[in-house]
Amino acid sequence: MSIWREAGIVAGKDLRIERRARVVSQQILPFGVIVLLLFAFALDPDRGVLRRVAPGLFWVTVLLSALLAISRSFGIESENAARDGLRLSGLDPSSVFLGKALALAVELAVFEVLLTAGIVVLFDVHLGAVVPLALAAVAATVGLAAAGTLYGVLAAGIRARETLVPVLMLPVVAPVLLGATRAWEASIDGATSDAWPWVGLLGVFAVLFVGIGMLAFGPLLEES
Amino acid sequence: MSATTPSTTERLLNPWVRRVFGAAALASLVALVVVGLFVAPPDAVQGDAQRIMYVHVPAAWIAYVAFGVTSITSLLYLWPRTRSLVWDRIAGASAELGVVFTGLTLVLGSIWGRPVWGVWWAWDARLVTTAVLFFLYVGYLALRRVPAATDVRAKRSAIAALIAFVDVPIVHFSVTWWRTLHQQGTVFNEKLDAEIHGTMALALWLGVLAFTVLYVYLLDLRYRLEALDEDRETRELDAAIADRVRGAVGVTS
Repeated sequence: MSIWREAGIVAGKDLRIERRARVVSQQILPFGVIVLLLFAFALDPDRGVLRRVAPGLFWVTVLLSALLAISRSFGIESENAARDGLRLSGLDPSSVFLGKALALAVELAVFEVLLTAGIVVLFDVHLGAVVPLALAAVAATVGLAAAGTLYGVLAAGIRARETLVPVLMLPVVAPVLLGATRAWEASIDGATSDAWPWVGLLGVFAVLFVGIGMLAFGPLLEES
Repeated sequence: MSATTPSTTERLLNPWVRRVFGAAALASLVALVVVGLFVAPPDAVQGDAQRIMYVHVPAAWIAYVAFGVTSITSLLYLWPRTRSLVWDRIAGASAELGVVFTGLTLVLGSIWGRPVWGVWWAWDARLVTTAVLFFLYVGYLALRRVPAATDVRAKRSAIAALIAFVDVPIVHFSVTWWRTLHQQGTVFNEKLDAEIHGTMALALWLGVLAFTVLYVYLLDLRYRLEALDEDRETRELDAAIADRVRGAVGVTS
């Protein structure tokens, strides 16, 4: 079996579980929207403050929600000794990594699309140059999903997982927040040429963390 | 190796060498205080505040050295041929010192920044990178504190340390980009090294020397503590098992 087919099996499994349990759609997505509302309460919605800082608020919300999604992604492996099943399945650890990261990326992507609708409606944002905006989102999502899967497995089996993952992961993904926010700001302003370098940076981050994840996932899965 | 006598690998330096390092650290720190506070003249522009540089710069230097050591020893641990818990302990001890010295760098920089820049904190690229660096390794230390079998913890920590190491250039790059794209000319004056008075340079080098020696001394102490801790855990476990066995024998007889 090719690595991509194996990854597809793992991703399919995760997404099937999500389709049945609906934790992301019924808990994490509402959480994201509530955070958007909270931002509106915290900042004055009448003076255009929200619209100006919308990209940053959007990506902070994505980051916080991603933490929940990561926790969920490895939560389902901790029940019924599913992790042992994964280890004994004979699947290449790299494909397991890709599969779990892919499922996480798909969930985050859906989440981001809906949240984008949220900022358009609630914060009155006009999307501007859609192409760099979308590409930045894709690269950032892949990077977040890869780093998240890596830290998820690193902390799997640790009792303090929910608190450990944020403190480990947030500093590491700081460049993603920075890059995605700047790329979105530039795209929304229509300054496309300013957005591309950031899209490149997000791409480098994504490639790097997919690579590290494929290398490190095996040893980490073995011992979690 | 019996459980009662600590093995020879549990020591980085021999006790005699360690004592020399300790004494040298103390002596050079005293010399630094004397030269830095009394011998070196006050800076023409910054006045006495500039003296903070004699500890701020060496602290930053040691922070980099410490994280460098953590990265190298983590790599050595992961490499199958050189795998040894010695590397893991050095990595942990060095990261801890790195966090302390990075924290010190930030605090000292802040204290210096208040009179010279007029603010405690500026969103300068170097400051932000240092702050992120600090939190990267705070996370690493938190991971190390999680109870686990020694080799599991060692492998986990080594991988986390290398991810942090790989991430540092990306953080630095993105932050630099961010600050230079949006804001021309920060409060940072890059022409600080134009002319350094002889005794000022001496104080700075003395600081670097003192902190380096202190780092080696503390690294050894921390390493030894780590090793003793592991030893204690093993011994307690042995005792608990022995207890259990005795209890079981008591029940059956």
